[in-house]
Amino acid sequence: MSATITAERTVDTERRLRYAIGDGWVLTKRNLITYVRKPDLLVFSTIQPVMFVLLFVYVFGGAMKLALPAGLPYVDFLMPGIFVQTAIFAATQTGVGLAEDLKKGLVDRFRSLPMARSAVLSGRTLADSAAIAFQVVLMLVVAVLVGFRLHAGLPKGLLALAGALSVGYAFTWMFALAGLSLKSVEAVQAASFTLIFPFVFASSAFVPADTFPHWLQSWSKVNPVSIWVDTFRDLTLGHLNPAGENLMTHLWQSTAWFLAILVIFVPLSVRLYRKT
Amino acid sequence: MPDQMIRTESLRKSFGDVHALKGVDLEVEPATVFGLLGPNGAGKTTTVRILTTLLAPDEGRAEVAGFDVVRDAEPLRHVIGLAGQSAAVDENLTGLENIEMVGRLYHLAAPEARRRAVEILGRFELSEAAHRTAKTYSGGMRRRLDLCASLVGRPTVLFLDEPTTGLDPRSRIEMWEIIRELQNEGTTILLTTQYLDEADRLADRIAVIDVGRVIAEGTPTELKMRVGGEVLAIRVVDRSRVGEAAGQVLGLGPGGGSVDNNTGEITVPVGDQGPAILTEAVRRLDRAGVALADIALRRPTLDDVFMALTGHAAEEGDQPKENGKRGRRRRRG
Repeated sequence: MSATITAERTVDTERRLRYAIGDGWVLTKRNLITYVRKPDLLVFSTIQPVMFVLLFVYVFGGAMKLALPAGLPYVDFLMPGIFVQTAIFAATQTGVGLAEDLKKGLVDRFRSLPMARSAVLSGRTLADSAAIAFQVVLMLVVAVLVGFRLHAGLPKGLLALAGALSVGYAFTWMFALAGLSLKSVEAVQAASFTLIFPFVFASSAFVPADTFPHWLQSWSKVNPVSIWVDTFRDLTLGHLNPAGENLMTHLWQSTAWFLAILVIFVPLSVRLYRKT
Repeated sequence: MPDQMIRTESLRKSFGDVHALKGVDLEVEPATVFGLLGPNGAGKTTTVRILTTLLAPDEGRAEVAGFDVVRDAEPLRHVIGLAGQSAAVDENLTGLENIEMVGRLYHLAAPEARRRAVEILGRFELSEAAHRTAKTYSGGMRRRLDLCASLVGRPTVLFLDEPTTGLDPRSRIEMWEIIRELQNEGTTILLTTQYLDEADRLADRIAVIDVGRVIAEGTPTELKMRVGGEVLAIRVVDRSRVGEAAGQVLGLGPGGGSVDNNTGEITVPVGDQGPAILTEAVRRLDRAGVALADIALRRPTLDDVFMALTGHAAEEGDQPKENGKRGRRRRRG
């Protein structure tokens, strides 16, 4: 008797897992179709980081040379920061997409169906991560065109790109929470920028942090964006790295921040989705 | 099969200080159309959201098709369909993709989801538009697509939240025909509406809901009987003399009467003494020198019922609520 119950529970758990994956995939496909049918969304969110690259390299690049160690081209210093910035900016789409689905009543439809509760969020974050991957790779191409090189070899370079993608994935969950709680596209967009600003700009992403005033340096040191960017510099600059390679410590800290964001924001978003 | 497809017991739900539902009891028999009638903000949508597991009630309980909406939410979702006020379709997907997606989310195998999608779209005359994205659809087509999505799982109980709000008259009549067909096939349907004629035409039973309470329940005929048989409707030529005319005739019937401030129509319930009261009304108004534009005995509409029950007209839901002061003035004779 108890064996039967246990067996049934196992079957039930297995079925739930199968539905969670299957339903998540159905919604991932649905969200990817939207990216393909509304290419302007992807085009404009890609043009923006390209403009950032050009702005920083050609407008600030000359002046930046003075702040950087001799022999370190600014573009090589800059790009790890741009990868992280691109990934985080692209992740805001998760909040926008969820707010749109809520407003249009699609979330109500999904919640009235016998589908896995997790699928709306997993399908959203996964599809948005695919878009982030596309944008980060495109950014690499643009970077190489303006002189960016991987000084620490291809494998480490690819690891840096995968890292930037992971950062984007973690932030999709942060923006999922924003989308579910704010429920309006405009509010999500406004809040996203406010949320992003202290992370992305008050960091070592675009300039060496040792030029900051003291209080800002203290923030920048603990800012996860600084830690990620410094890690990806370890992975792309090789011997040019002004800070000297500190890879293992940086990798450990980066992973910890990545997991911390997921551990905080996945349960919060899932709980809010269930209650919405 | 349970003998009641929907049963609620003193459902209550508040959002902060707003008491959306203050104890709603409903019973809906299988294969019937049940109309939940009331103005905006009456609690119709909240009721539907609770019955479709989107919202948990604060107090009370509800069963749909024998499943408790809170405890058995998961199995319940297999047997219900929901078509909402705002047509919930993904406008970047084609009609076919929309319905296939919903089929897949009911865990149908891909070929079966495709087969059902094609079949349902054909039935609702969307075959030609099946490969167009939903954003190219007209309002009526979107609403039909939304309905298709709610039918993919072959629900035993279908919830239609204001299915015709915002539709043009032709689409509205089409929707009515579809609802009747579905009922004939044995589907139990709960529909909410603010249109009295819609409830009158479609529903086997109607619950009139106002500010979170069911204030009357019965068949359309029963509800009309509540007004007391026939109604005497009077219009005067000179609108400035409506008040004077009302003073002459409102006391004549057994149940008072009312004046519609918008149209100037005076209505007096007359029970079974129609001809006698009509004669007396004509005599009095003639003596007072009030010229008549129109005077007639008619069967009461649900509009009259709504007025009699709530003290305000039903179709002004978009305006802020001021109970008893809106639209018509009500007088007791």
